[in-house]
Amino acid sequence: MKIARSWLETFVDLPESNDVLREVLDDLGLVVEGVEVVGEGLGDVLVARVESISAIPGADRIRLVSARAGGDPLDIVCGAMNFAVGDLVPLAPVGAVLPGGFEIARRTMRGVVSNGMLCSGRELGLGDDHSGLLILDPSLEPGELLTNALGISPDVIFDISIEGNRPDAWCVAGVARDVATRLNRPWRDVSLAMSASATSTASVANAGIDDVDLCGRLTVSYLRGVRVGPSPSWVARRVESAGMRSINNVVDASNFVMLELGQPTHPYDASRVAQRTLRARRAREGETLETLDGVVRTLARAGRGLGDTGEDCVIVDGDDRVLGLAGIMGGASSEIDASTTEVLLEAAYFDPMAIARSSKRHGLRSEASARFERGVDPELALRAAARFVDVLRASVPDLEWLAEPLDVRGLTPTPATVVLRPGDVARLLGADLGNAEVTRLLEGLGFQVRPISEGLEVVAPSTRPDVRTGARGRADVIEEIARLHGYRQLPRRTPTWPQPGGLTSRQRERRVLRDAVVDLGILEVWTPTLGSDEDFDLLRRDSPRVRVTNPLAADESVLRATMVTGILTTWAKNVERGLGDVALGEFGVVFRHPDDHGTLARATRGGEGGSVALRLPFENERLTVVLGRHGDDATRALRLWSTLGARLNVADVVLNTQATLPPGWHPTRSATIEDATTRAVLGYVGETDPDLVDHVLGGNVERRVAMLDLDLDVLLDPTRATRRSEFTTIPSRYPSAMMDLALVTPNTLSAHELATVLRAASPLVEDVRLFDVYRGQNLASGTRSLAFAIRFSADDRTLSEEEVTQARQALLASAATRGAVLR
Amino acid sequence: MPDASLRELDSFVIESMSRIESLATLEDVREVEASLTGRRSPLATWQRSLGALEPEERRDAGARLQEARRTLEEAITRRAATLRELERQARLDRDALTLGDVVVDQVLWPLGVGRAGLVARTQRELEDVFVAMGFQVADGPEVESDWYNFEALNMPPAHPARGMWDTFYVDLGEPETVVLRTHTSPTQIHLMEAAVSNASLPIHSVMPGRCYRRDTPDARHLATFHQIEGLVVDRAISFADLAGTIETFTRAYFGPDIASRLRPAYFPFTEPSAEFEITCTICRGEGCRTCSGTGWIELGGCGMLDPAVLEAVGIDGDEWSGFAFGFGIDRCAQMRHQIADMRALIDNDVRFLRQV
Repeated sequence: MKIARSWLETFVDLPESNDVLREVLDDLGLVVEGVEVVGEGLGDVLVARVESISAIPGADRIRLVSARAGGDPLDIVCGAMNFAVGDLVPLAPVGAVLPGGFEIARRTMRGVVSNGMLCSGRELGLGDDHSGLLILDPSLEPGELLTNALGISPDVIFDISIEGNRPDAWCVAGVARDVATRLNRPWRDVSLAMSASATSTASVANAGIDDVDLCGRLTVSYLRGVRVGPSPSWVARRVESAGMRSINNVVDASNFVMLELGQPTHPYDASRVAQRTLRARRAREGETLETLDGVVRTLARAGRGLGDTGEDCVIVDGDDRVLGLAGIMGGASSEIDASTTEVLLEAAYFDPMAIARSSKRHGLRSEASARFERGVDPELALRAAARFVDVLRASVPDLEWLAEPLDVRGLTPTPATVVLRPGDVARLLGADLGNAEVTRLLEGLGFQVRPISEGLEVVAPSTRPDVRTGARGRADVIEEIARLHGYRQLPRRTPTWPQPGGLTSRQRERRVLRDAVVDLGILEVWTPTLGSDEDFDLLRRDSPRVRVTNPLAADESVLRATMVTGILTTWAKNVERGLGDVALGEFGVVFRHPDDHGTLARATRGGEGGSVALRLPFENERLTVVLGRHGDDATRALRLWSTLGARLNVADVVLNTQATLPPGWHPTRSATIEDATTRAVLGYVGETDPDLVDHVLGGNVERRVAMLDLDLDVLLDPTRATRRSEFTTIPSRYPSAMMDLALVTPNTLSAHELATVLRAASPLVEDVRLFDVYRGQNLASGTRSLAFAIRFSADDRTLSEEEVTQARQALLASAATRGAVLR
Repeated sequence: MPDASLRELDSFVIESMSRIESLATLEDVREVEASLTGRRSPLATWQRSLGALEPEERRDAGARLQEARRTLEEAITRRAATLRELERQARLDRDALTLGDVVVDQVLWPLGVGRAGLVARTQRELEDVFVAMGFQVADGPEVESDWYNFEALNMPPAHPARGMWDTFYVDLGEPETVVLRTHTSPTQIHLMEAAVSNASLPIHSVMPGRCYRRDTPDARHLATFHQIEGLVVDRAISFADLAGTIETFTRAYFGPDIASRLRPAYFPFTEPSAEFEITCTICRGEGCRTCSGTGWIELGGCGMLDPAVLEAVGIDGDEWSGFAFGFGIDRCAQMRHQIADMRALIDNDVRFLRQV
């Protein structure tokens, strides 16, 4: 909210330095987001009367104006069109310097000399209006200094961000209260009007509340002798200083009071309100209302939000006709206009949640609704009406405010009472501020503080509906104490505890894996979690998908089920840049719909109060690597896996080439990686389906792309991905015997499996390692020759030749049982 | 068309069908397609002869011709698809490689310099600082119910504070009950619930992770981003402990000449709440454009756990108290590495990925 220093100053004496004031506001949590100096640099600007206007030959966007500011008329070229002969306008003569340092010089345009400039409001820093010249009050004297004529003195506008729990601070008076308490200076109240009318309001008007839960208070004032016209300049300037437009004296007075005291009010043209009656009630289904913004709205229709039953609170007249959406926006039918002479002024309290729901459902946020939904002071209504009358009387001195305004009560929150026990403040803040200081700070904000036997009894003022009761209220009150005392004045202490910090084994292993991936030359990418249906269909056409209902763009609406598509796409983009000779990898989560076949949905709870059992998507953490370098193929992917697996100490795995892999994998050059003991699938290794490569690269390319896709939920879980023993063995001190065995083996028996068989065949086997695969015409069909390098050793002796020969026989015998014979 | 011609047409279709089924290559299919349905095909000849017929006859014969043409064309398309699939299969079979037979030790792996992502690296650095300060690290899911993302954090349905986060809703359950988490705070609720049911309080944890907000990406924000939050629930934990923890972290991570300070703020889940600012890392507090001349930049939010949050998870607020804090990992990465436009992080241009 924008607050002028001069307005704040009516409530409290301020520090002279604006920087100091800014610090004070910031430290109170009234964060200053901008500071703007206005009304400066206007010392040279004069009030001038337009004497004549004439066209400039050949120019249709500028005219020659003769304007007189006291002395001789000056010829000035002007581009604005919103004025006529006789109007008073601001004139900056040659030599004047406008706000922002703009110096006015004598200029020639279209061969015509211009001796100064006629100014708009924005050029003078007096508002945002730049549609034409600032037209001045006709009663001013030409030649007078503009600053004198308008009573302008330099001012500073603070743009303050008001937090959601500070409805009381969303007005000048509230900000001033904080400042006064912090600076320990008095807070001055505003002047309020009195009613001197002999007529009682009840004799001409009526008010009522049908639904006391929605409308907690409805006050109605009746004003006679209203003359709608422009506001006095001090009223207009204050309204404009807050960034609102000055409309007319009645609307401005309403906005003025809202800005100053925080109470939204609504003026109705009394002649357009049937039986001069205002009633608040629930809207009925099917009712409609044309709001001031010209939109026809259907009321009482249930909304999408959780627990939104479609409840709207409306104000109706004596004929039960809907006049406005209570607390949010009025209707067009009862609007004030130039002919208005009698005004019904509504100042009310509405239930914050009801306003919040209606405002959200109708997509309608107004200055009023924003305040009501945070909670307006329920005791403020009549004070606000009195202030409204006081402000309006500045332009309508003989305004009649009928006696005893109507005041109907519904349900309003009771201000909370909180007991601060001795030590409560110290326990929460870590510092004991003492009862005297606590009392001073709270009383400054309008809290009532009373010592009782249990401690201090604190009653919140009606301005603070945010203060709760019980333990919650204690936290609220202590926050106020801390805030006003100053967070920076509170002590700091670094806590310690006996429990050690650390990572879980899964987190540690994830780091090991990431380090290994990086060490192997792979670049880590970050591809989108949200993709298009087309992306999803590419690899998971028949699977149900998890969808976002309100995506930013249609092609960002589906949660990814694999990272393969994303990484391949990002790789393809780099190929396009001529930078495709890379290996890319990503650690991330993929999602499976809870109804997807074979999915373990995540069971959790949601809904109001967390009372509804929910099945949420299965979230699977994976590491996916795409190898797109020249020469990369399935064997490279396999090498990558064997290195990563070794780093994690993963024990025996089986490469299952018979398994059905997900779409996107090359059907004859890929395999699943399965734990040899648990048979858990650790991931996939191999190549990208050539059709998919063609698709992402957009054409027929003969290029192999290799991939490794690991399921980290399985791989980083030692109960599913078996680890080698952590125990060490000391290698034998005696020399090993080495020998090669070439075995003609059926294609159905994998080298990996045969190696396992050989290893188990004799206790003397130290190591078995495949070093060659030979396929040739001279071998029986359906077989190939696998050559293994074998090491034999024993811990306690050098093996004799005979022992080695026997061991070799044992190996051959074991191999034979699986159909492998010596070549 | 005379009956004789119709019989001729029928047998032409039958013959052609068996011919199509016997085609062995896609090239053959293309050739046969021209001879069966092209301009010189019998079908075309018959078509031209229709002109000589009576109108009614012409209609009947025309329809028969159309049907015959469609039948043949469909058969050709089907055959072509089958052949394509067979050719693909043959190509794949020729290409087959038994991974179990690969001599892995002999596969050459090219040397190169890899890089961890800037976010991942920054996250690890932050984790390391907190681990050294005695924190554990907790992970949590990215799709959450409104209970964990909002209500247990003291934001009941329609609470205006929910508007502080632009939320992506997931199409599961009742409308607006499932969300992409807008912050990592739901993980705090999971931790506290688990600690209560396992009777394993206290908690000293940080939770880094990916979050989502429905905000149009620009140079400073992405709709997908990363946060790290901290949670301490222990006996006799006060605001002073919070301020001290923030200060210790700030100096440990950003350096000894960078300080922190707190100022009041509002979050529904903490009370008292604070924003925390650190000495501007660009000008070291002198005042510059980045910090708008104040010498301070805003880093994150923090506060003492609101009693309503403790109640929601069933922690006795008279025995236990705690604080929470949170800030952006991406923002730390941006500050550290002077990333001029955050969108570079998701663009994945390898020239960017290789830089640092």
